[in-house]
Amino acid sequence: MKMSRRRSVLTHTILIIFAIWSLVPVVWTLLTSFKPESKIFTTEIKLIDDPSLKNYSDLLTRGDFVQWAFNSLFVSIVTTVFAVFLSATCAYAISRFRFRGRSTSMYIFLVAQMFPGVILLIPLFGIFTNLGLIDTPWALILSYATFAIPFCILMLKSFFDTIPYELEEAGRVDGLGVFGTFWRIVIPLSVPGLAVTAFFAFVTAWNEFLFARSFLTSKDALTLPVGMATFIDPFNQPWGLLTAGSVLITIPVMIVFFLAQRFLISGLSTGGVKG
Amino acid sequence: MAVIVFYPLAVGFFQTFTNIDATNQGTRFKPPTWEFVGLQNYIDILTGESTKFYPVLIWTVIWTAVNVFFHYTIGLTLALALNQRFRGRTSYRMILLLPWAVPAYITAISWLFIFNGEYGLLNNILGAFGIPAVAWLSTWPWYYIMPIIVNVWLGIPFMMVVLLGGLQSIPGDLYEAAQMNGATARQSFWNITLPQLKSVSTTVILLGCIWTFNIFVVIFFITGGGPGGKTEILVTYTYNGFTLGQYAIAATYGVLIFSLLLVFSSVYRRMARES
Repeated sequence: MKMSRRRSVLTHTILIIFAIWSLVPVVWTLLTSFKPESKIFTTEIKLIDDPSLKNYSDLLTRGDFVQWAFNSLFVSIVTTVFAVFLSATCAYAISRFRFRGRSTSMYIFLVAQMFPGVILLIPLFGIFTNLGLIDTPWALILSYATFAIPFCILMLKSFFDTIPYELEEAGRVDGLGVFGTFWRIVIPLSVPGLAVTAFFAFVTAWNEFLFARSFLTSKDALTLPVGMATFIDPFNQPWGLLTAGSVLITIPVMIVFFLAQRFLISGLSTGGVKG
Repeated sequence: MAVIVFYPLAVGFFQTFTNIDATNQGTRFKPPTWEFVGLQNYIDILTGESTKFYPVLIWTVIWTAVNVFFHYTIGLTLALALNQRFRGRTSYRMILLLPWAVPAYITAISWLFIFNGEYGLLNNILGAFGIPAVAWLSTWPWYYIMPIIVNVWLGIPFMMVVLLGGLQSIPGDLYEAAQMNGATARQSFWNITLPQLKSVSTTVILLGCIWTFNIFVVIFFITGGGPGGKTEILVTYTYNGFTLGQYAIAATYGVLIFSLLLVFSSVYRRMARES
């Protein structure tokens, strides 16, 4: 269907307005990160002013930012491995075997999306204190896996449902056991689904703020979100460092996001959202 | 899985019937001295006696309703615009997805910088037109409006993508039939598009409500709940209780938030099924 002229103008106007709105904060942060501190605190609007990489070198030589980046990376990677392994095995069981409580457990995974994190925060804080896990990455890994797993199970289950059972039967005839078919047939066929799940778990852990802020106390143990928040001080805000940090933190997520978005969107429409 | 989710939940629920706080929870050196207080916490909160439950609840409901309204209407508008055939569609889609790819707390930091009273981009632009600077985050009504702007920005891409998926699954012959019978574009929107989108819409609106109700970082970073606690929503308010060491009260808030969401979602689902 060819659009009429009026309609085409309207479409482009709407899209351009919202595209600008989407771009402004991102682009402005990016531009600011290259400005020297003296040019940031001004009422003049200049897109590019005395560009330099000073903010970035300041940030990376501070030491704490690099330490936080390592912490974040460690927490995110371990959470991802843990969440993908557990949810893959669990989703496979739900997808293939009929057992009592199967549909109930699916419903519970949906309801689990409704818990505000704060509810778990308080009791988990007590439990982790007793276990001596406060201020260690393990407190975060355990709690992030808790959020990520229900959603990952929902997504992976709908993915496993699409793999024809005949393939597994064929494998079984050829002498593979339950774990053999899972490992050699199902897993290789579900790489896209596993990729989305891994992406989801990684981003959940990489971006989480509330639990990290509550469970970590010493400066060296912080993850990036909490570390960045310590820069924000009502009287003196180092916007150069903040914007440079924002750019560095966002770039890896953005690259992975745009690589995964095709899978993400189809995963959302076949799995999680449509229930 | 059950251990890590349900045990803490049970502990949290149990704590709501006690007066446990930071001073009486007990440590390795001191036995706990908290007591059962029965339903006292619930009574105190629901009668509005010990905390300001109702003002916070009212603002949380307004916050959720306004945000989800704009998420849905703008998301649908953009989805409709993108669901046509024209040049540059993919680039628009990529740009409009951008807010989704940025971690929420980074978004909040970027907007905080734009809203800054002295050298923020917003005041600088207005200043160029001779409009005097506004302290956006401490002036009525802007301290209510600014966090909403940020959160609307954050939530649009998800709605847009899911609704676009929904639009693409509507069979084209419905529109052809309508056109042959002389329906206008407006009539086909109200009589075909919206009814066909119903099941997707009900799910995303419900998810949107739950997520917006529970979003922590936007309020925390943008206004910090201020000025004077006026923009506190239930989750940030609960978190404050937790940081002040009022564990029992905070846990009770957590249970109340969860029950509100559970009641809301079951009423909502029933209404959606009946109509």
